[in-house]
Amino acid sequence: MLDILLDILSWILLLGGALFLLTGAIGVLRFPDFYSRLHAVSVCDTLGAGMVLLGLMLQGGLTLVTVKLMLIFYFMVFSGPTAVHALAEAAQVSGLDPVEDDREDG
Amino acid sequence: MINLKHPFNLSLFLFAVWLLLSGHYTPLLLTLGLLSTLLVVFIAARAELIDHEMQLVLIKPGVLLYWVWLGGEIVKANIDVCRRILDPRLPISPRMIRVRATQKSELGRVTYANSITLVPGTVTVSVEGDRFTVHALTREAADDLEGGELNRRVRDVEQRF
Amino acid sequence: MYAIATILILVAIAVGLVRAFRGPTLFDRVMAGNMIGTLTVLLVAVLGFMNGRPEFLDIALVYVLISFISTIAVLRVYVSRHDHADTD
Repeated sequence: MLDILLDILSWILLLGGALFLLTGAIGVLRFPDFYSRLHAVSVCDTLGAGMVLLGLMLQGGLTLVTVKLMLIFYFMVFSGPTAVHALAEAAQVSGLDPVEDDREDG
Repeated sequence: MINLKHPFNLSLFLFAVWLLLSGHYTPLLLTLGLLSTLLVVFIAARAELIDHEMQLVLIKPGVLLYWVWLGGEIVKANIDVCRRILDPRLPISPRMIRVRATQKSELGRVTYANSITLVPGTVTVSVEGDRFTVHALTREAADDLEGGELNRRVRDVEQRF
Repeated sequence: MYAIATILILVAIAVGLVRAFRGPTLFDRVMAGNMIGTLTVLLVAVLGFMNGRPEFLDIALVYVLISFISTIAVLRVYVSRHDHADTD
């Protein structure tokens, strides 16, 4: 019983994560300027990747496979923001201006 | 925190990682692991890469609680950004804001800057001392950050590293 | 089920490629490359499970690190060239 429940949960996480990845990619295509696209990349790096890896962990069970998946997740969580920040800073240093919205009703 | 500045501690740590990733415990592979560990430590020492940043942050309950809270914030922000991606009627209003970090240590400020970037909707663009320039996707995300809850929580958790 | 996830990730990679081709700035391209790197890591991991070959995870693990380093390397090259052009 518990096995089936865990199985279903892992499928939900896997498919939900893949959908978040796709949404992030669509955001990268759809958003109007470079800086807003960075936020869409964050979606892929955090929730999308996290859900897919968690889904796989539930399939892997308590083995070395799960340890490796956790390491992949760990590296992603720490390298993702660094890469995004490096991109943003390099773009700013090179003089790329963000599109800003100053309307007060936002 | 565990200090990995000593080459012996660093070797021990790297060998533990090898054991964890290999999964095969035959004499040949263990010897190869030991040799590559020593080679890596030797190269790192020669390149003067072993400095004060070589520390292993242990996960204590207070720190774990912070990560769980941040995870919740990340999920909420993700759902918000995804709705704005998929529904053209929901507007985005990108803006640059400046926030002040009140953490005392370098590690605390790094944690704060990385946490800002990890949460979708806000990205740390540049850091000058304790002044961060942050790009926010929406007015709500900018207001949330300026409210300072994240800053306060990182300052609290910084003392427990 | 793994097949569905694989297809979704492949579609996401295709969408990312469109952004990489369109640009318009170099940073958009590097950003798209970085995202495709993340997607590839997950694709390799899912494929490993689909084919029952957990060794694929080692490849995924190495790919995370390479993907990160390549992003930083491209930016470093760009910034150093930029500085050079300014001082010339």
